[in-house]
Amino acid sequence: MIPMIQNSWKKTAGQRWLMPVLVVAGLGTSFAVPEYALFNKYIQLVMMYVGINIILTVSLNLVNGYMGEFSLAHAGFMSIGAYTAALLTMRVLPVMDHPWLFPLAVMAGGLAAGFFSLLVSVTSFRIRGDYLAIITLAFLMIVKSVIENIDYLGGPRGLPGIRKLTTLPWTYFWVVFSVWVIRNFVYSKYGRGVLAIREDEIASELMTVNTQRVKILTFAVSAFFAGVAGALFAHVLQFISPRVFDIIKTTDILIMVYLGGIASIGGSILGAVLFTVLLELLRPSNTAAILAFLPDVIFNPVNQHFIQHLGVWRMVIMPLLLVLLMLFRPHGIMGLKEFSWFIPRLDLEAGHPAAPEDNIHEPA
Amino acid sequence: MSLLEARGVSHYFGGLCAVDDFNLTLEPGELMGIIGPNGAGKTTIFNLLTGVYRAGKGSIRFGGAELIGKTPHQITAMQISRTFQNIRLFKDLSVLDNVRIAHYSQIAYRPLEAVFHVGRYRREERRIINRSMELLAMLKIDHLATETADNLPYGLQRRLEIARALAVGPELLLLDEPAAGMNPNEIDQLMELIGWIRRQFDLTILLIEHQMKLVMGICERLLVLDFGATLAEGSPHEIQNNPKVLEAYLGEEPVG
Ligand SMILES: Nc1ncnc2c1ncn2[C@@H]1O[C@H](COP(=O)(O)OP(=O)(O)OP(=O)(O)O)[C@@H](O)[C@H]1O
Ligand SMILES: [Mg+2]
Repeated sequence: MIPMIQNSWKKTAGQRWLMPVLVVAGLGTSFAVPEYALFNKYIQLVMMYVGINIILTVSLNLVNGYMGEFSLAHAGFMSIGAYTAALLTMRVLPVMDHPWLFPLAVMAGGLAAGFFSLLVSVTSFRIRGDYLAIITLAFLMIVKSVIENIDYLGGPRGLPGIRKLTTLPWTYFWVVFSVWVIRNFVYSKYGRGVLAIREDEIASELMTVNTQRVKILTFAVSAFFAGVAGALFAHVLQFISPRVFDIIKTTDILIMVYLGGIASIGGSILGAVLFTVLLELLRPSNTAAILAFLPDVIFNPVNQHFIQHLGVWRMVIMPLLLVLLMLFRPHGIMGLKEFSWFIPRLDLEAGHPAAPEDNIHEPA
Repeated sequence: MSLLEARGVSHYFGGLCAVDDFNLTLEPGELMGIIGPNGAGKTTIFNLLTGVYRAGKGSIRFGGAELIGKTPHQITAMQISRTFQNIRLFKDLSVLDNVRIAHYSQIAYRPLEAVFHVGRYRREERRIINRSMELLAMLKIDHLATETADNLPYGLQRRLEIARALAVGPELLLLDEPAAGMNPNEIDQLMELIGWIRRQFDLTILLIEHQMKLVMGICERLLVLDFGATLAEGSPHEIQNNPKVLEAYLGEEPVG
């Protein structure tokens, strides 16, 4: 599937121990940072946003990258997860006394989103391409207006007073879990089915792939993790409203997917990190701090006309970035390529003559 | 019992009758050919047999079970497999993955085993990788396993299509113009290959072909189609001397 990287498997096979080491080191860091205040609160917040965005990007890539659809529904699934989890922690689960119940709420948010993904996947049986994009857009708008019209959910004013339960270690846990699960899914018969559907849906059916089942599963896994990300997001922000999960949110996730590259988990992680950091740098106070070295003659007009209006400029810059990406680099930073670390050994070595140091290939 | 029995199958595209009252009986182990001028409805018959189109009329029985109304993946999982007139490989995927995908229905693990890579996952993946490599080796393209399918030369892409079709584990193999675009030398090799896989995998084969050398060389029985209607059916010798067939082919490639 990823020829360029696969051809170099021999060189990288020896470094595979690095991955578990990095994962454990990351876990340690995620505990240490808040414990010893290694970074200030703002940077810790950005780190959590990075994590949440990684989950969103990797999960959307499943549908928009690996399967080659163009779904706009991701923010909708995110909001379903956010509202479900927030209601549970505010009104149902005694999280005050039992903080360990929080992951259950997150899980429930994911399951709720996964359930509603059926609405999208069943329509995608017969409809593809532009039409599916329109249907997922409709889904996004319906979710938004339904929430706006339910008083119990706070209507258009939103739901304030959510507890701050998302911590850096929890974010880290969910990032690792979602990347691992999605990677496993990709490197399974279902994942190969997803790729086959992108290539040629009829030919997939004729090669025994149950395309309807594959689509249901793919949308469900993708939506589940959008829901998880929404649940985490709600418990960082501590306030959610329908406006938080609108088309702009979906656009952000799309940019991260296409920036990092389609059909690439490593790419999605890169895309999410780069985009989130870029977005933070574009905040007026941050941009002003970065450009403070400029002489006043230049800085003052730039500040007055541009930096102070970045909130509005952002709405121009980000969609423009998406258009430029699609035009000039449709495959993103590492589209269709993968770090060999993310590829299971079995897949990495498949098709190569058995390496002397392993016994993967059984005698024929 | 015959392996395949099509009775009174008809299919229309709008007002166009692409296949008209088609009848066919295939016995296990037979190698039969369908010939006919361009647009005669040959590929449409393959599409009806494999469920790509749903026949409006008639019945198609395979090993006793009715195929009409089943989806393509259900039909192919019942061990009917095919290649395509215009090569339809998964171009951006590796040669090996093309063959692995065709094992989909034969892989026993379920979604939860897939997302956690537990249970039968590893054993099944290993089994399928090994089987796929064996198939590629039989068709002498195993050294290209990690190559992207699109990078293969045309003749090898045709070979890969056959490997992929065999991966389904077919009893009945449908080949749609397997010799299209091949030179006489390649056609000889292909004839040998078809004979070999037929014996090796115990196949019943139905093939569409314009290349008379191949058709007359390996088919035991022929069916001639013209404007959707069956013109004649019989041994290659009978077909070659059938006046109706000669007439239909007038201006086309001469038979024989
Ligand atoms: N999807 C379709 N929609 C409408 N008409 C079609 C469709 N597929 C085939 N046809 C028409 O049905 C008739 C039979 O087509 P078919 O492809 O079966 O012919 P064929 O015998 O395979 O020809 P060839 O030797 O050129 O491959 C032709 O007139 C063709 O134009
Ligand atoms: Mg044809």
